[in-house]
This record gives sequence, C-alpha cells and structure tokens, in this order.
Amino acid sequence: MKNIEITTPLTESIVEKLNAGDKVYITGTIYTARDAAHKKMIETLHNGEELPFDIKDSIIYYVGPCPPKPGQIIGSCGPTTSYRMDDLTPPLLELGLRGMIGKGKRNQKVIDSMIKNKAVYFAAIGGAGALISDCVKSSEVIAYEELGTEAVRKLCVEKLPVIVVIDSKGNNLYDIENKKYKIK
Amino acid sequence: MRKIHVNTIIKKIKNMCIKGNYNLGVDVIESFKKAKEKEESPIGKDILDKLLLNAKIAKENEVPICQDTGMAVFFIEIGQEVYIEGGTLTDAINEGVRQGYKEGYLRKSVVKDPLFRENTNDNTPAIIHYDLVEGDKLKIYFAPKGFGSENMSALKMLKPSDGINGVKEFVLDVVEKAGPNPCPPIVVGVGIGGTMEKAAILAKKALLRDIGTFNKKEHIKNLETELLEEINKLGVGPQGLGGRTTALAVNIETYPTHIAGLPVAVNINCHASRHLMVEL
Repeated sequence: MKNIEITTPLTESIVEKLNAGDKVYITGTIYTARDAAHKKMIETLHNGEELPFDIKDSIIYYVGPCPPKPGQIIGSCGPTTSYRMDDLTPPLLELGLRGMIGKGKRNQKVIDSMIKNKAVYFAAIGGAGALISDCVKSSEVIAYEELGTEAVRKLCVEKLPVIVVIDSKGNNLYDIENKKYKIK
Repeated sequence: MRKIHVNTIIKKIKNMCIKGNYNLGVDVIESFKKAKEKEESPIGKDILDKLLLNAKIAKENEVPICQDTGMAVFFIEIGQEVYIEGGTLTDAINEGVRQGYKEGYLRKSVVKDPLFRENTNDNTPAIIHYDLVEGDKLKIYFAPKGFGSENMSALKMLKPSDGINGVKEFVLDVVEKAGPNPCPPIVVGVGIGGTMEKAAILAKKALLRDIGTFNKKEHIKNLETELLEEINKLGVGPQGLGGRTTALAVNIETYPTHIAGLPVAVNINCHASRHLMVEL
C-alpha cells in the first residue's frame, strides 16, 4: 500500500503502476457524471454524436453535488454508489475512459472491460462530502444543465484523496480486505 | 383545542431540514469514537477519523455532511386536541422542506415521476407518516434519507416456522449483500410483524432511535444485541474496506401479525444516521 500523487490526464502508463490498496491523491481535471448523465451520454453515442468531453484518458467522478453557498466553489460532493452506472460503463471504457471515482461494488462486465482497456476504479469516502469539497478548486457545468445536480461538470481538483479499489489487473480491495476480517 | 398556526410549523420544519443535514448527531459521533477504539483495520480506523473530521468541517462551515441530503421523511405524532390553523399540516411540512432545502443549499434529489424522472427542484414532496395520539402536542420526527443505503434495503414475507433464526438469517444476508454500497458503518432498522407495509414502516421508524438505545422488550433487545455482534463478524468494515465496524446499531421494532405470516423488513441507514425530533 503506497501513497501516490498523480496528475491528469490519467494515462495507461500511470494506471499500470496503480495497485488495489494504493492511496492516491489526484490533481487536475475530472468530470462529474451520474445516473441521468450516463443515460444521456450513451444516447449520444447511439446517435453517432460527440460526448460532452474528451473521454480518452479521462476520469469520471460519480457525484451529484449540493449547490454551492455564496462564496463556495461547490457544495458537499462525496461519491454516489457506482453499480447503478455499471450497464452504461463498458462503452465508455472502450472509448478510452481511464478512471472512475465512486463507492461500492462493480459487476464482472465492468471489471472485465477495465482489465481489457487498462482502467482503474477508485473509491472516495462516501458521506465525507464536506471534506472532499475542499479539494475542488473550480467547477463548471459543461453539459446537460437541465439535469441540475446531475449535469456534467468539469472540476479542477487538488490532491483529491481516493483509494484504488479495483486495479487494471482486476485485483479487488473490497474482497481482499473483507476476507481478512470475516469471522467464521 | 390547542391551536398551532402553519407558519410556526413551516419555520420549525425549515430549521430541522438545515440542522439535520449540517450536524452529525451526538449519538453517531460517540459511536464513531467507540468504534475507533475497537477497529483492527488500519484503513477502517483512518476512515472513521476522516468521518469525524468531515462532521467537524460540516458543522463549522455550516454545510451538509453529505451531498445526498436525502428524501425528507417525517413521522408525525399529532395530539387529538391539536387544531392546525391557516392550512393543512401536509402542505405546511412540504413548504418547510421547500424553504429549508433552498435556504440551506441542500441538494434537490426528488423526481416528479419515477419513470419520467424530472426533478421537482425543491425536494418535495416529503414522505410523511401520521400517527394520531392523545393530548395537545405535535411531535415532529425528521430523518432525511439518502438512497445509497435506501437502495440496499429489503423486505421478505417469512413463514411463521422460520422463526427467530429465519429473521436473523435474512437480516445478515441483506447486510452482507449490501457490502460497501450503503456507506458502512451502517445503522440497521428492522421491522418485524404487521403486514407488508407495516413491517417496512416499522423498519424506517426504528431508524429514528438513537444509537445505543434498545427496544423495551427483553427478547427484542437481546435480538438487537446478537444481530449487531453477528453483523460485525461479517468483516465488511467502514466503507466496505474491511474491519470490525460494519454496523453501529441494530434497531428493531415489532407489531402483532397474522397467524399465517412473519413479515420482516430491513431498512439500512448510512453512517450519518440523520434523525431529529422537535415537539410543539
């Protein structure tokens, strides 16, 4: 388990060095998208249109932030549960999506596609939205504004703390750590 | 008759929405500290520390603990001698939610139609459960409910012969399957008995109780204690990243049921376990 600082874009060579259990601090640009935005992005692809951002070597953060108070950049913005995006994820991985930040399990199809396309899945601490919002230095809605909290935002983050939960080899920290502490 | 004006209620509800989302309960903070002492996993310990720090930041900066400020769930106990002046109680509660979620910069997480999914943009309507009781008081319980944990909840109509072991097995199964998804360490609300919907409402109502309080019935208290021990052997741990602290409490409520049935509902709450009460 290591402490690693990375800067976006998240390239294949960075991902290859990340292992399940590594504590990673992300600096750079990431994009927010959750349920409704994923649905729209997949529809966009079906219609043969362009995604709202360059997906190659990008990181998607599954989050629907609170509205910012006056003087704030963004409201509380912890991760949402990732499995709801599972069915909509492999097509994005095929296009070069390199990292995802969320919380909770992923299905086998996502994991298989992550191994094939060399991608990584990070967990941020669920329910630590106030703490995480301090790492966001700018926030701009770049697509689907009508979705409100579910719109796609471009975030500039500084040392956003996450943990590698599933690495590009398919190692899964949830399974590894759970086994250590299960009594029976 | 004691008169209470809707404006008084609106103001109270508004403040509850904001306070309930900015401040982690004292019972939760204390249980985190206790859990930290016992937690063997280094990752788990670190997460508990971060959650305490997050609560401190939220309180000091007056911002929500979590971005999922929930669907606004209320349990109302209204005395028969109370007369609501100036409008209906339901409208007053929804107006309080509307104002609280706007003025508190809380997230609007409600869609108008479950299939069309257009956001109502004011977090209404609330989910309101009414109970008519004796007296001239109005008790308002508020528990904003995030859906990471709500989605991991389940209900099963057991057979009477399944008994207490069947109940235990079901609760453990729901918690283990949920794993990291509901933001552990969780609070597990369990409703046993009644009809299908009664069991679900009891499970939700159980989440209104402070961590560390127990059901008054001895055999149910014992079941709460046993289930908590069993759950914490599952190894799920804080955020599902392994450890001893999978649940902070198991709260069970029961109700008489039919000779043919044993309904059991499990309503999981995340570690924020937001709940508060005011009496008017």
